[in-house]
Amino acid sequence: MTHADSDPANAIEIDPLLQEVMGPTPGQLLRSRIVGHQGLVIGVVVLTIMVIIAIFAPLIAPHDPYAQSLMARMKPPVFLGGTWEHPLGTDHLGRDYLSRLIYGARVSLLIGVIAATISGVIGTAMGVAAGYFGGKVDAVVTFLINVRLAMPVVLVALAVVAILGGSLTVVIAVLGLLLWDRFAVVMRASTRQVREREYVAAARAIGASTPRILLTEIMPNIANNLIVVVTLEMAHAILLEAALSFLGLGVQPPTPSWGLMVSEGKNMMLFEPWLVLIPGAVLFILVLAINLMGDGLRDVTAPENRS
Amino acid sequence: MLDATQTAPALELSHVTKTYTVKQGLMGKRRPLTAVRDVSLRLNRGEVLGLVGESGCGKSTLAKILLGLEAPTSGEVRVDGEVLGGQDRLALARRIQPIFQDPYSSLNPRKSIADIISLPLRIHGVGDSASQEKAVRDILDVVGLPSRVMNTYPSQMSGGQRQRVAIARALIMKPEIVICDEPTSALDVSVQSQILNLLGDLREEFGLTYLFISHNLAVVEHLATRVAVMYLGRIVEEVNSTDLFANSAHPYTQALLQSVLTPDPDMGVPDTQLGMAYPNPIDPPSGCAFHPRCPHATELCKATAPRPVPHLDGHVECHLHDPESSMFQGS
Ligand SMILES: Nc1ncnc2c1ncn2[C@@H]1O[C@H](COP(=O)(O)OP(=O)(O)O)[C@@H](O)[C@H]1O
Ligand SMILES: [Mg+2]
Repeated sequence: MTHADSDPANAIEIDPLLQEVMGPTPGQLLRSRIVGHQGLVIGVVVLTIMVIIAIFAPLIAPHDPYAQSLMARMKPPVFLGGTWEHPLGTDHLGRDYLSRLIYGARVSLLIGVIAATISGVIGTAMGVAAGYFGGKVDAVVTFLINVRLAMPVVLVALAVVAILGGSLTVVIAVLGLLLWDRFAVVMRASTRQVREREYVAAARAIGASTPRILLTEIMPNIANNLIVVVTLEMAHAILLEAALSFLGLGVQPPTPSWGLMVSEGKNMMLFEPWLVLIPGAVLFILVLAINLMGDGLRDVTAPENRS
Repeated sequence: MLDATQTAPALELSHVTKTYTVKQGLMGKRRPLTAVRDVSLRLNRGEVLGLVGESGCGKSTLAKILLGLEAPTSGEVRVDGEVLGGQDRLALARRIQPIFQDPYSSLNPRKSIADIISLPLRIHGVGDSASQEKAVRDILDVVGLPSRVMNTYPSQMSGGQRQRVAIARALIMKPEIVICDEPTSALDVSVQSQILNLLGDLREEFGLTYLFISHNLAVVEHLATRVAVMYLGRIVEEVNSTDLFANSAHPYTQALLQSVLTPDPDMGVPDTQLGMAYPNPIDPPSGCAFHPRCPHATELCKATAPRPVPHLDGHVECHLHDPESSMFQGS
């Protein structure tokens, strides 16, 4: 009542205020938070190096990863008294271990990226649809998620690979079609949250179509959660490929895969443990880097989401 | 100010009911919750209808129905005489626009201010990008924001500034009717009156018709030409704002007025002094829904729901003011 009688010269009133209130842009905030996050920086740097190595493998690898040499079998790496001819030694067929490792990065990253993309598309479509439309769509998607969660990934993957035979394509397809559950769960929950925001109601009241609302109002606001799940599932797919290949049901020899390298080295593990430790360590570093990046991205993007 | 020619009212609701189905508890028993119960209302062109009632009485549900965001379970809404649902969504959007309560939730944090305000123009395909930009500049000026905010993001703005952006978005297509759903209750006290004044000025400038929703009579009172008081999904009294203080009839309206007269500087949820808590809309009280909290309640109030009775220019729904009821009581 009384307080409403003040002078309505709003424009003049607000201008000096504005200068003071306006903070940094979301972009600036994000950049400063990224730089301030050690784990994220380490993860991104390590992953970037791995990606560069994988892309430029033919230029970087000192030898042909498939070339066997019966004369140079099981040469130790330099730090165990080997020569610089084979910096990380050779395997039981005399193939250069460093070169196989470098080409193996291609296999791991390829599987990680493609499997996570396939499952990401499937899971995001299902999750966003369930979260936005609710009702019957939600019931169907929830049922499918539960069915999927009731299936042990490794056993199903083993069974399928055993029937179809192992190959890079089969492994990618199987993992891509199996790992969508977390995407669906997370995207469903995020969408349900964002759907209730008033800017979605405002867009509907303006007359925006449902696809437009999903793409421009919902998706940008759940994208940070999506990125986190992408990193998790990439790491997941890479580990599963290594496990399948280790069991002989994944990528087939002579393709250089880190899982396969561990598998091939395991017979010699007591005498030449580095045959197992080197690919194992690289796998560990890659998965760690991806997870550091995922955690970092969550930390960096979450505060903005909360406000 | 009122349209002299007797054309169709800007908004007309007849017997609008909205029933939600809610799951209760772990067993998931589904029960109906009637958020809006058989509401009939008219909003004439140029009028400001204040809709007042405690939190949870169904004000926002009514607003969503008017905006076409929720379909009524039964009943009919007419906009300029046309039945809602019959026309296409874009046509409705050009006529009615909302201003929501929480400017922290009503602006997409991933979009720039220019993108947010120009969205209606882009969806309706109005003009090219140059004329859209000019329209955004103009409307920013109207709501009292400098044009340099165009490239900023909502997170860089204060609550009052954000609400101005929301108002700009609502007005850029020059709608006839604006539904203001508690447009100031999320704002600092110092900013509330600025926004209220702005809404008052804009109404004159653009000849707008407002449905102005609030849980606080004090906020509604100085903008509204008429006031509708809502309780548990019903409009229990409708009265001209000039009659509000002196001649309003319903005990609930009087309790709300009482809460306004007691100093309440933060303009928060008014203390109605009614003692008892607001009833659960899943289990509404028998008879008159207000009877458990009413100081004048009789046996009749517990048993039968009152009917709407004409009172002054509006109506009231209370046995105390129904001549037939008092005859029945008297015998
Ligand atoms: N989507 C919904 N589903 C179930 N119940 C709802 C829904 N929306 C609102 N309600 C219920 O309807 C009643 C009225 O809510 P609302 O219209 O938001 O009240 P107000 O805006 O007056 O505070 C409340 O009891 C609320 O819990
Ligand atoms: Mg409300």
